[in-house]
Amino acid sequence: MEGSKPKLKLAVYWASACGGCCVSVLDVHEKLFDVIAAADFVFWPIALDIKYKDVEEMADNYIDVTLFNGAIRNSENEHMAKLLRKKSKILVAYGSCSHLGGIPGLCNFSTKEDIFRRVYEESESTINTEKTRPLPEYKVKEGLLEIPVFYNDVRSLSQTVEVDYFIPGCPPQTERLLEVFTAIVSGDELPQKGSVIGAGTRAQCDECIRKKTENKQIKKFYRPWEISDDGETCFMEQGVICMGPATREGCGYRCIKGNAPCRGCYGPTPGVTDPGTKMMSAIASIIDEKEPEEINRVIDDIVDPAGLFYRFSLPVSLIRRKLS
Amino acid sequence: MRRITIDPITRLEGHGKIEIFLNDDGEVDNVYFQVPELRGFEKFCEGRPVEELPAIVAKICGVCPGCHHMASGKAVDAVFGVEPPPTAKKLRELFYMAHFVHSHTANFYALAAPDFVLGPDAPASKRNILGVIEKVGKEIGTEVIKQRRLAQEIQALLGGHQTFVVMNVPGGVRRGLSVKERDDIVEKARGFVEFAKFSLNVFQSFVLDNKHYVDIILNGPYSLKLHSMGLVDANNKVNFYDGKVRVVDTEGKELYKYSPTEYLDFVAEHVEPWTYLKFPYLKKIGWKGFTEGQNSGVYQATPLSRLNAADGMATPLAQIEYERMYSTLGGKPVHATLAMHWARLVELLYSAERCLELARDNDITGKELRAQLGSIPGEGVGIVEAQRGTLTHHYFTDNKGIVTKVNLIVGTTNNHAAISMSIKKAAAGLIKKGVEVTAGTLNMIEMAFRAYDPCFSCATHSLPGEMPMILEIRDARGVLTQRLVRN
Amino acid sequence: MEFKPRIIAFLCKWCSYTGADLAGTSRMEYKPNVRIVKVMCSGRIESTFVLKAFTKGADGVLVCGCHPGDCHYQEGNYRCLRRYQLLQKYITQMGIETERLKLEWISASEGKQFAELINSFTETITELGPSKIKETLNVLT
Repeated sequence: MEGSKPKLKLAVYWASACGGCCVSVLDVHEKLFDVIAAADFVFWPIALDIKYKDVEEMADNYIDVTLFNGAIRNSENEHMAKLLRKKSKILVAYGSCSHLGGIPGLCNFSTKEDIFRRVYEESESTINTEKTRPLPEYKVKEGLLEIPVFYNDVRSLSQTVEVDYFIPGCPPQTERLLEVFTAIVSGDELPQKGSVIGAGTRAQCDECIRKKTENKQIKKFYRPWEISDDGETCFMEQGVICMGPATREGCGYRCIKGNAPCRGCYGPTPGVTDPGTKMMSAIASIIDEKEPEEINRVIDDIVDPAGLFYRFSLPVSLIRRKLS
Repeated sequence: MRRITIDPITRLEGHGKIEIFLNDDGEVDNVYFQVPELRGFEKFCEGRPVEELPAIVAKICGVCPGCHHMASGKAVDAVFGVEPPPTAKKLRELFYMAHFVHSHTANFYALAAPDFVLGPDAPASKRNILGVIEKVGKEIGTEVIKQRRLAQEIQALLGGHQTFVVMNVPGGVRRGLSVKERDDIVEKARGFVEFAKFSLNVFQSFVLDNKHYVDIILNGPYSLKLHSMGLVDANNKVNFYDGKVRVVDTEGKELYKYSPTEYLDFVAEHVEPWTYLKFPYLKKIGWKGFTEGQNSGVYQATPLSRLNAADGMATPLAQIEYERMYSTLGGKPVHATLAMHWARLVELLYSAERCLELARDNDITGKELRAQLGSIPGEGVGIVEAQRGTLTHHYFTDNKGIVTKVNLIVGTTNNHAAISMSIKKAAAGLIKKGVEVTAGTLNMIEMAFRAYDPCFSCATHSLPGEMPMILEIRDARGVLTQRLVRN
Repeated sequence: MEFKPRIIAFLCKWCSYTGADLAGTSRMEYKPNVRIVKVMCSGRIESTFVLKAFTKGADGVLVCGCHPGDCHYQEGNYRCLRRYQLLQKYITQMGIETERLKLEWISASEGKQFAELINSFTETITELGPSKIKETLNVLT
C-alpha cells in the first residue's frame, strides 16, 4: 500500500448480534497486519473503548466505511443505526442480521409480551413470584437506571436507515470480506448503491460439489436424522430439504462440507421479492404427486415451513411477522 | 450523590454498562452492572424441529458457538433418549478441545496479557496486543494468530462451518475422520501443547516473577468469597464436555454434585428490573442479594471455579501446573479474581493435551458415527462447560420432536451477580475519599470484569493506538463536573 | 360502516377466466367484491402474488385453474396445487386464517360454478371480517 495514501477510517458496530460477524473480521488471521496498514479502526465497541459520545462528536461522514452487523431489536440499536448513518460515508449491512433480520428475526413469530413472559416468568429455572420485568426506566434509591426499550418487531438495517451495500452471510465468509476490503482500498469502482457485494449471483447449487442429476422427483421428505446421508448426493435428491436452490452463493458451501444441508444464511439470489416463496416454488416443483391427498402427505413431512424457509429472513419477508 | 457511568464496557459479548454511585464522601455507595439486551432464544426456538436447534443456538454467540452446539447436541440426544457411539462422542470432544484452545489463547493474549505484560498502570497507548508484541516480540503475535488459526482449521474440518459448527445430529455426528486428517490433527495438537506450555512461561516471567503483580492478585480489591461450580468426570477431574456438575463451598468442601437432569433442583434464576439478564443462584440456599460468603446463594462458574470444584486435572502436564498454581496461591480454594487468568492457562494446557490424547485414540477414525433412533421421549438436558462457565440447555418437545419449550442458563449468565460484585468491590477499593479518579483507576476497574472473560474475546485484534475511554463524573443534578478522557 | 371484503382472484386464461366470462355473458349475478387478475396458467401463480395481495389489503385470495388433466400446458395446474398446499401450511404458521385463501378448479363451461364460488367465498370472508395483515405490517412497533 502506498505510504502517502490516507488510511481508511473503518468502524464495526454490533446491534442485536452474537459477535460472529466481529469474529469473521478477525478471521483474516495473518492478513490483519495488511488490514491495519491500510485502515484505522475508529469505532469498534468489542475491541476499542470508544464511547457512543465520541461517535456523536464525530463530524458527519467522518467514517469511511461502517460494517454494521446485528438486527434492530431495541431503541439503542435504532439510535446507533441512525447515528452511524449520519457519521458514515458508506454504511454496509454486514451479515445476515443486518441484511435480512437474521436469527433474532425468528422472534417475529412471537410478541414482546410472549417473550418476556417466557423468559422472566415461565422459564423452568426462574423464580419470580412478583413477576418482575426489566423496565426501560427504574428508580433505585441512588438514582434512575435506564435500559433500552425492547421493540415488538425485529427489523433489518435497511428497514431502519438507508443502506449503501449488503454483505450477506452468517457470518460473511472472511475471504469475501477481504475481497471487498481490497477493492475499496485499491480504489476500485464499487457497484451501484444498494447492491449486494461479497457474494455471487447464482444459487448455492452452482457452487455446491454434491452430485446432482436432473431427476428430482420426491415422494417423501425426510428429517435429516431419518436417513443415512451418503455424503455425496444432493440433499434434495435424498429427500432432505436444503435451502441451496433459493440461496445466493458465496460462502463456499461450508455447511455442505460439514455434511449438513444449507439453511440459507446468504439470503436470496438477485431480483427476489420474498426469500421464502422461491423455496416454496422449488419444493413444489419437485414433489412428484398429483392427487391432493398425496400432495398433502408429502407436505405434512415439512414440519416447519415458515421457520425453515425464513430461518434468516423473516423480518424482510412479505409477511414479516406472525399476526397476533 | 455523584454518579460515574461507564458505557459501553468493552470486551463483553453483547452490550453492558456500569453505573457507579458515590456518596457525599466520594466513596462508592453502590454499583449496578446492567445488561441492556435480550434476544429471546428461549422463545423463538419453540415450534422448530429439535434437530435444528444445535445449529440455531450456536448463534447465541459467535465466539463460543461450539459450546452451545455441544450442550444442544447433548440435549437433543437426550430428547431422543440415545447416547452417541464412542467414536462420535470422541469426535465431539476433540472438536471441543480445539474450540477451547482457540478461545483461551485469544482471551489470554488479548485480555490478560496487556495488563500483566505491560502493567495495569502502563500508558494506555501501550496496553494492548500491539504493546505486548512490542515488548515480547512480533514472533509471539504471529504465533498466537497462527495457533488460533490452526485450532479453527480443526473446527472447520470436524464441524463444517468454521464458526457456526454443524456437526451434531441426534445421536451422533455428521462426518468422521480419515487417517490422514487424524494425523494432521495430531501434528497441530502437539503444537498446541508446546504453545500452552509457552504461554504459561509467559505468565511466569511477566506475572509470577513480578512481586507487584502477585501482590495485586492476592491483595488487591479483587477477591470474592463465593461458591465454585464446574463439571467433573467420574474421578472428580475437570472435564469440559461431560460429567456431573459439582459445587464446592467457599472453603472448598463439596456442597452438591448433580447430573444434568437434576439441575432444576440446584439452580434457580432471579430477575431485577434494571437489567435484561437474569441472576442464577444456588436454589437450596436461596437468593440473599448481592452478598459474599458461605450463606450467599451467589456462585461463580469460571475457569478458576472449575479448578476449585475439581480434585485435579485429567492430563499430566496440566496436573503439575494445577498443583503449582494452588501451592503458589496458598492452597485451595482460591478466591482471587485475577487468578482466573492463571486457571485459564492451566485449562489451555489441559485442552491441548486432551486434544492430542483424543486425536491418538484408536476410536477416533471409527466409522460408527450415529446411534440408532427410535421413539422420541421428548425432554432432554445437555450440560457442558463453556469457556466462561457451566452451560445448560434444556429442551421439551412433542412426540414428533418439535420444540415446545426451551430453557437456557448460559456461561457468563452464571456470573452476572459475581461480576457485579467484583466491579463494586474493585470500585470501592480504588475510589477513595480525597483520591483523584485517574485513567489508571478506570483500567483497574475494568480488570475486575475482564478476568471473567465475558463472552467475546478477540485474539488477533491489533489496536492501532490507545484504548480510548471516557469517564464522566456528574453531580447529583446530573451536571458534568469532571470528564476524564483516555485518548 | 358495513365491511365490504376485497377479494383478489387469480384466474388462468384457458379455463377459469373463460368460465368467469361465461358467467358474465350469461348474466349470472354474483357478488361484486372480486377483482380478477388473468394469468396464462395457474402454474404462473407464484406464492409471492398471493402474499403480496394480502399485504396490499386483500381480505381473501382465490386461485383458479383448469381441472386436473385439462391444463392447457399439461402440468401447470399441478404445480399450482402443490404450491397452494404448501402456502396454506405457511400462512397457518403466520396466523392467517386458511379460509382466506382458496383454490378451486373451474373449467371454461363452468360459469354457474364460478358465480357460486364467488358468492360463497365472499360470504366466508365477510364472516371472517377484515384481514389484519396490512395494518399489522404497516406499523413497526
